[in-house]
Amino acid sequence: MPNDQPQISVHTSAKLRKRYDNFIGGKWVAPVKGRYFTDPSPIDGQPLAEVARSSAEDVELALDAAHAARDAWGRTPPAERARLLNKIADRIEENLELLAHTETIDNGKPIRETRAADIPLGADHFRYFAGCIRAEEGTLGELDNDTVAYHFKEPMGVVGQIIPWNFPFLMAAWKMAPALATGNCIVIKPASDTPLSLAVLMDLIADVLPPGVLNVVNGHGSEVGAPLAANPRIAKIAFTGETTTGRQIMQYASENLIPMTLELGGKSPNIFFADVMAEDDAFLDKALEGFALFAFNKGEVCTCPSRALVQESIFDKFLEKAVARVGKIKMGNPLESTTMMGAQASRGQLEKILNYIKIGKEEGARCAIGGEQAHLGGGLENGFYVKPTVFVGNNKMRIFQEEIFGPVLSVTSFKTLGDAIAIGNDTLYGLGAGVWSRNGTTAYRVGREIQAGRVWTNCYHMYPAHAAFGGYKQSGFGRETHKMIMEHYQQTKNLLVSYSPKAMGFF
Amino acid sequence: MPPRVIVTPEAAEVIRRLKEQHGALIFHQSGGCCEGTAPMCFRQRDFHVGPHDVLLGVIEGCPFYVGGAEYKYWEYFQLTIAITTGGGDSFSLEAADGVRFLTRSRMFTDEEAKELDAAGPPPRGSEAFRPAEAGVP
Repeated sequence: MPNDQPQISVHTSAKLRKRYDNFIGGKWVAPVKGRYFTDPSPIDGQPLAEVARSSAEDVELALDAAHAARDAWGRTPPAERARLLNKIADRIEENLELLAHTETIDNGKPIRETRAADIPLGADHFRYFAGCIRAEEGTLGELDNDTVAYHFKEPMGVVGQIIPWNFPFLMAAWKMAPALATGNCIVIKPASDTPLSLAVLMDLIADVLPPGVLNVVNGHGSEVGAPLAANPRIAKIAFTGETTTGRQIMQYASENLIPMTLELGGKSPNIFFADVMAEDDAFLDKALEGFALFAFNKGEVCTCPSRALVQESIFDKFLEKAVARVGKIKMGNPLESTTMMGAQASRGQLEKILNYIKIGKEEGARCAIGGEQAHLGGGLENGFYVKPTVFVGNNKMRIFQEEIFGPVLSVTSFKTLGDAIAIGNDTLYGLGAGVWSRNGTTAYRVGREIQAGRVWTNCYHMYPAHAAFGGYKQSGFGRETHKMIMEHYQQTKNLLVSYSPKAMGFF
Repeated sequence: MPPRVIVTPEAAEVIRRLKEQHGALIFHQSGGCCEGTAPMCFRQRDFHVGPHDVLLGVIEGCPFYVGGAEYKYWEYFQLTIAITTGGGDSFSLEAADGVRFLTRSRMFTDEEAKELDAAGPPPRGSEAFRPAEAGVP
């Protein structure tokens, strides 16, 4: 097949096919209905590749392949599964530049992030779960001299995974690595805006995993995601996205009585206590960086520290320095290694963000910097760029309560530690939070009281494997990036064994 | 009383087309990340409306709901459902056609807010939507 060979794209120097089908049973398979959509780059709006616009029939094909592979994969020794996961990590590292480039042109995020974070962290997640599964043991309980309860961990079987577009590669790695480590077969759907890095990975690891263990179905949420989530042939569904679809996923799961993990976003507070300004030193510099990190990945992060709470006694002084720091964020072509902020992922994103900037102004928030679309020249006229924006207002405003998913920060002040906790928790969500203080007790107390799954303390936006990540409240449930996620991909088998020859005496 | 949700002619046209394709539709304003803070359009039979969901209005014969917790922040905003091209993977039906509904909003004037307050809070739950009263055949 002419389209089954990697092609040099006219738009990039990377090895990309011109067309991506679905990766099912270890090979590329054209979508049943023969439909494709064009995946454009948010950098300049130019097409990158044609991608399968799949339907429920393709989901069924992928499930057929996964079910055919499940028994053998589930029985594959953990040492062998771990070896293959490490091999995947090797391939990712060997092709770091290709994957980073692909991720950047498809998503618009700066290449300095994809090189240093998305791709290496993805590789490390495979290594981490390779290690976890080697070290895993069942348990046994000696109930009495003759009776033993053995607990074995078994794979769920075939699981469904739906990946968002903001960290297409890393979120896929977060979900695939623990599922594969625990012996499950996967049907995974990348976001239709950002299917390329996962597709490129399939070409890189096609010879590593047995056919059918990992299947990728490309397409849209309503045409692929829904039929996958609703399918009675999956044993578990994992989803990262927004709340209404999260509810719909739960409804489907309830109809099939299967478990799910959901990660649904946040409105994370980043809390700065007065003592951060006690010295003009490296720590203050770090705190200012922490403030500016709302613009990391153009604000398209579920844990974006989109609310900054600054103690009243330092408010003006701190804000002046912090806004100056935001002013130094370098926007531009994300393929340039010095660019810190690239393009928003889509036109829809751009319009949503600009609408929230308008809402902020209408609500009476003061715009301290930014507050408009950025029009970059040099071939980027058709890209989707927003200036990093800082609003000062109060926590009841919509810009403090709704996830904008863009580089828009809402800043307010607090008086006491109690106020900081109250304002921080006055949100529907509870995914992330940041606490900045030189006083360990202050940081500890606030960290414990904030209702969020991850409280970065004197840091922000670090995503290492071995630190649990997940939400409180409407941010969802389940914890990823830690060995505890493996339990979500496992059944527990209890063998309750009697070694006594005597009758039990019931009848 | 000013409507809490209205629709642009372009978006209305997309809704009519989707209805022909999929049958009765429902809108639910989403929160959270990625495609959050955008209206989601589903087949009515595919989305279970909960007792806390608030019926903000009816557009092109389709009920438009927002979650009860979110409503308190949207109470004094008029929403305009518009359509944009390109981008946004989503379970929302229109996204597969390369377009996306989005919510624009403006604050109600003080006078409008008074009218709305006088009329009382909008109804909640699935039974709040009565197709016949909304003029839906």
